[in-house]
Amino acid sequence: MTEPARPAFEVANLNVFFGAHHVVRDVSLRLEPGSCLALVGESGSGKSVTARALIGLAGARSTVRADTMVISGRDVRSLGQRAWRKLRGKDVGFILQDALTSLDPLRKIGREIDDTLRLHTTLSPSQRAGRVLELLEAVGLDDPVLRAGQLSGELSGGMRQRALIASAIALDPGLVIADEPTTALDATIAAQVLDLLGELRRQGSAMLMISHDLAAVSRVADTIAVMQHGRVVESGPAQRVLADPEHEYTRRLLRAIPAGKPRHTRLSPGPVRTPAPAKAAVSATAPVLTASSLAKTFKARGRADFAAVSNVGFQLLPGHTLGVVGESGSGKTTTARMVLGLLAPDSGSVELFGKPWSKLPESGRRPNRPLLGAIYQDPLSSFDPRMSVGKLLADALSSGATRNPRAYSGRIAELLGLVGLEQTLATRNPETLSGGQRQRLAIARALAPNPRVLICDEPVSALDVSIQAQVLDLLDELQRELGLSYLFISHDLSVIRHMSDHVLVMQGGVVVESGATEPVFSNPQHPYTKALLSASPELVTGE
Amino acid sequence: MTPKTAPPRSTDRPLKAVYWVLGKIGGGVFVLWAVATAIFFGIRMIPGDPAQAIMGGPGSQASAEALAQARADYGLDQPLAVQYFSQLWRLATGDLGTSYSLKIPVAEVLRELVPPTLTLAVLALLVAWVLALAVATASIRSGAVGRALASGLEIISAAVPHFWLASVLIMLFSTTLGWLPPVSTQTPAGLVLPVATLALPLAGFLGQVMRDSMLDAHTSSFALSARARGESENGVLLRHALRHAALPGIALSGWAFGSLLSGAVVVESIFARPGLGRSLLSAVTARDIPMVTGVALLSAATYVVIMAFSDVAERLADPRIGTA
Repeated sequence: MTEPARPAFEVANLNVFFGAHHVVRDVSLRLEPGSCLALVGESGSGKSVTARALIGLAGARSTVRADTMVISGRDVRSLGQRAWRKLRGKDVGFILQDALTSLDPLRKIGREIDDTLRLHTTLSPSQRAGRVLELLEAVGLDDPVLRAGQLSGELSGGMRQRALIASAIALDPGLVIADEPTTALDATIAAQVLDLLGELRRQGSAMLMISHDLAAVSRVADTIAVMQHGRVVESGPAQRVLADPEHEYTRRLLRAIPAGKPRHTRLSPGPVRTPAPAKAAVSATAPVLTASSLAKTFKARGRADFAAVSNVGFQLLPGHTLGVVGESGSGKTTTARMVLGLLAPDSGSVELFGKPWSKLPESGRRPNRPLLGAIYQDPLSSFDPRMSVGKLLADALSSGATRNPRAYSGRIAELLGLVGLEQTLATRNPETLSGGQRQRLAIARALAPNPRVLICDEPVSALDVSIQAQVLDLLDELQRELGLSYLFISHDLSVIRHMSDHVLVMQGGVVVESGATEPVFSNPQHPYTKALLSASPELVTGE
Repeated sequence: MTPKTAPPRSTDRPLKAVYWVLGKIGGGVFVLWAVATAIFFGIRMIPGDPAQAIMGGPGSQASAEALAQARADYGLDQPLAVQYFSQLWRLATGDLGTSYSLKIPVAEVLRELVPPTLTLAVLALLVAWVLALAVATASIRSGAVGRALASGLEIISAAVPHFWLASVLIMLFSTTLGWLPPVSTQTPAGLVLPVATLALPLAGFLGQVMRDSMLDAHTSSFALSARARGESENGVLLRHALRHAALPGIALSGWAFGSLLSGAVVVESIFARPGLGRSLLSAVTARDIPMVTGVALLSAATYVVIMAFSDVAERLADPRIGTA
């Protein structure tokens, strides 16, 4: 902190191999004490491996080489296991993505934090217990005594991430490495966690933050290094990189950020596949979908009834997108399930093309089921793992009558082309596809019965920003080409703002604000909408 | 342990525990009734005359009068329903009856036979656990080749039948090497081969599931977090992986204990070891209805108790149960 400016860490020409795979190539990075370096790139760019190599945990099968590798003034290239263990946790704190899986589900939160103290200090158990409570308080958890005794599964996502941060900063390490620390979190929670990390930095810790999202790191990073295919393709002061990117890949990442991009602006590179007929296909103006006063209350034994949705009403116009934005537990998905007819509302009703829908028995809905399609956040879990891409599409095209791809080869080829997947993928298993390809396949399957309305429930939340951009562009193209109407659900306000004609802002099962997208967001009335807007990661370029 | 932990909703915990225990007892009584009923009717479907069995089997050449007397003595001339309910009543009051073939109270026979069988089963379960965990731990440490080797070993030992394994072990360690007695004696050495025969297949079975979850835990994000805190590989194993590995093992152990009791029938016969299993075999052969009923009820009761134990152990090992 007060010591002379020795870098928190410095690596020169770091190379990491997994067998014959050369995953990190000649990466050189330097981080000054008290500052924040963001390492940005999409999945597979080598950023996480770089971070793990820095603490000697790249994996048993990896080979790590570097000309320089100095952490807190120590050359770590020749450290033995014992010396590494002394360094980890004490000089370097490591925060992983998704605290649900990064904290042992069988152990109490307090014990996980206590481990850091137990391994590196000679404090007595009671001193350590006191310190654990202080740490939990320092990371902003209410009631530390209660939290210390709880399991990670009993905490919300934001609380878990805070607990994980507490375990990483227990010994005030000079360097904190955070690997996608906010990716799994709602925007307002993510903003709080970023504030907490910023606070640490003000206290003198240097921070290496890893992310796929330039917008997410723009408000905390001093310097940014952009990684692609294992190389750092561009690095420099954050302001300069964001405002005046030199490398094509950096420009692509910046372009992919939906925040501040008007509707129908393309986010991904590449030619527009079809000239957009500008909603010519849609002439009718009667709503395709009408929900009035929907309500659903869940009863749980031994707990108070939970009103998941109350008094939600909306209209979806043909060829339009209605965005539903809100955080976890706001009732978005419950609403979607009622619209899909998978859940009967307690009161209120859904009408499809002006005809009763939610009030019909399932047998009455079935003939019109093809009108409604759905895509979800995690497409892989919605695919039968034993079916190839072709079989999945044949199954959807025939409404389950056959799984023989040959019977529908023409339509399958057409669908694959429509969503921009290569024809050769038809024989592949969905497990072998990338995240973006899987979501394209999910869209192809949803389009198979020629639906008029697509319910998109967090369709891009599990994707990297650059893949998200491609999927959003695809959905936009398809909408204009086929005249589709979307009910688009997301916790990400920038995505909703980019995609929607109208929006519903939901909180605690209630619509707190609604209307045409731009008026709502440029002049928000409800405090919750304002809070969402201020938490939404916009690109901060400093001007 | 973290001090000052105040478990949430602590007020209704004791009441819940009482309900849980009452539920277990109720379920246990139901199981015992079902077993008693199944045996009562099942045993009457076996052809032959129980009175003959009482008189010492078909070879005894008992006179018609003697058989009639035996039927009257043992209530076998009553209507079936009367026999059934009086049998239930006797069992409910703890009277297991008198063995047809041994002519001594069944309860007394059981008291003598339970300890050796229980020793055998408990030891076999312990040895199986130790073996399974040892193989799992060693294979995690030794990479892909070790894992494949461990998996192969586990599959082979899980597939081996008891009688074959017993024969091989006797040939190897008694006949050829002469290290261990081929017949189970009262000495600890006499226990080695019977325990090994029961434990090895079970270890293979337990090892497969435990190694899987140990490997999952070992490569998980929380293990990476622990290592990033400075935890050693041994620490990751002890504080994280072992507990995760134990969960499926505990869940299976109740079932495994039941299978050990039935495995004891074979093993006790082969090694000429006194115990429940061997007596059950001879009781069935001799159509000794009270003995069969007694042994079966005892096994069922043991099973019920073991299942309750494994339930409690599961709750202790996995704090997520009952809190979610």
